[in-house]
Amino acid sequence: MQPTHSSRRILLPVRNWFIVLTLFLALVLNLVPFGRLPGIPDWVALVLAFWCIHQPLKVGMAAGFVLGLAMDVADASIMGQHALAYVLLAYFAAGWSRRVLWFPLAQQALHVLPMLFGMQIVMLVTRMATGAEFPGVLWFLSSITATLLWTPITYVLLTPQFQPEDKDVHRPI
Amino acid sequence: MSVVGHAPPPFFKRGPAPLVRLAFFVTLSLALLVADLRFHTLEWARLAVATVAWPLQRATGVPIDAAGDFGAYLSRQTTLLRENEELRQRQLGTANLLLRQDHLEQENKRLRALLDMRAQQPVEGRIAEILYAARDPFSRRVIIDKGSQHGIAAGQAVVDDIGVIGQVTRVFPLTSEVLLLTDKDQAIPVAVQRNGLRAVLAGAGAGMMELRFLAANAEVQVGDILVTSGLDGVYLPGLPVAKVIKIDRDSSYSFARIICAPLTGVERHGLALVLGSRTALPPQPDDAPVTSDQPAKGKRVKKKAR
Repeated sequence: MQPTHSSRRILLPVRNWFIVLTLFLALVLNLVPFGRLPGIPDWVALVLAFWCIHQPLKVGMAAGFVLGLAMDVADASIMGQHALAYVLLAYFAAGWSRRVLWFPLAQQALHVLPMLFGMQIVMLVTRMATGAEFPGVLWFLSSITATLLWTPITYVLLTPQFQPEDKDVHRPI
Repeated sequence: MSVVGHAPPPFFKRGPAPLVRLAFFVTLSLALLVADLRFHTLEWARLAVATVAWPLQRATGVPIDAAGDFGAYLSRQTTLLRENEELRQRQLGTANLLLRQDHLEQENKRLRALLDMRAQQPVEGRIAEILYAARDPFSRRVIIDKGSQHGIAAGQAVVDDIGVIGQVTRVFPLTSEVLLLTDKDQAIPVAVQRNGLRAVLAGAGAGMMELRFLAANAEVQVGDILVTSGLDGVYLPGLPVAKVIKIDRDSSYSFARIICAPLTGVERHGLALVLGSRTALPPQPDDAPVTSDQPAKGKRVKKKAR
């Protein structure tokens, strides 16, 4: 039943416009002005990691770079900060996709957690090197929230690819 | 597997290796970082993208605003009545000062003319609403709802009803970005109100500020109010800024560590006043007159007779 390699469920092919749409929606969600409230997940990073793991041939570092630039502008941060972090995230997510997808969803989330942490640490190092202040430990909470959201977001983003459950006697699987 | 049964993955033509692509994009990102930090060459790109994204940004703020409005709508009438009463009392309290302000300003102008001093510039302000805090967790900035279309320019000071909030650092057509005083990159020249001691106040992170480069025995006390000194030509002199809350005089360091808290709710949202630009101060005197006072080499200095 689970959308992993070890499940017996065969998914429909993904539609390209759906990938673009979800990434755009994640960008819009990131624009919502929550201020300095801790624990708000970085939606773009989460959805980007999801597509890099599930569709490494379609979404990769180029997408990460473009989304990173958009986030840099929206966030009023330094140009290139998000771009660098997202490119590294996309690289590791796509590189690990063959391994991650064999695990059940909870363990997939445990693989995603260090990727998101690494992304935040890249941003932290970039900004601290340029003399910014430390944003506080609570800032790292957003990676944990994002990790907890891995299961729901997997079902949401894979919904268009699920096939009907009813058995077809003429088909072998 | 999710990809089985569809278009087969390309086996041979797969473009550059992942590591090569990674190196390419990382280099590009680093180049952008340097270009933005060192040379500030990417402001036009930021301006263009921010202008396009503005309606989207406002649209995403609508639910948050609506939630805030709904909360305000539910606030009880007694609270409103009390607030109203307080405001009326405060208005009466300041009426005395306000009524005499015109008279005092006139008098001040005449006296200054008599003293042949440079007239203090009248500065007009523009009321702006703080829309939201920028999402960047590494800096302290807020976005206000007035931009270059309303005559806001980078470098203008922003105050609220208690004191200075910060300075406009980036202007978009309909919004602008204010760097708060508590940001680590923001410094403001201040004077201690009690004795006129001049110093530089800089953000120290965590919502606090630090009075820098004052000797360990500098005459500062806990509870001192710091006001702008006006030496920078940006802030008008005399605006309240911060209050000294802790002094750490360690004799092993040459400077005292003086922690200050902002007077205004710098991190609070509400209305703010963007002050117009001050006209530029006269240029700083060159070093030339100083050297001319010194006797030139090879010239004998005649001692005065007396």
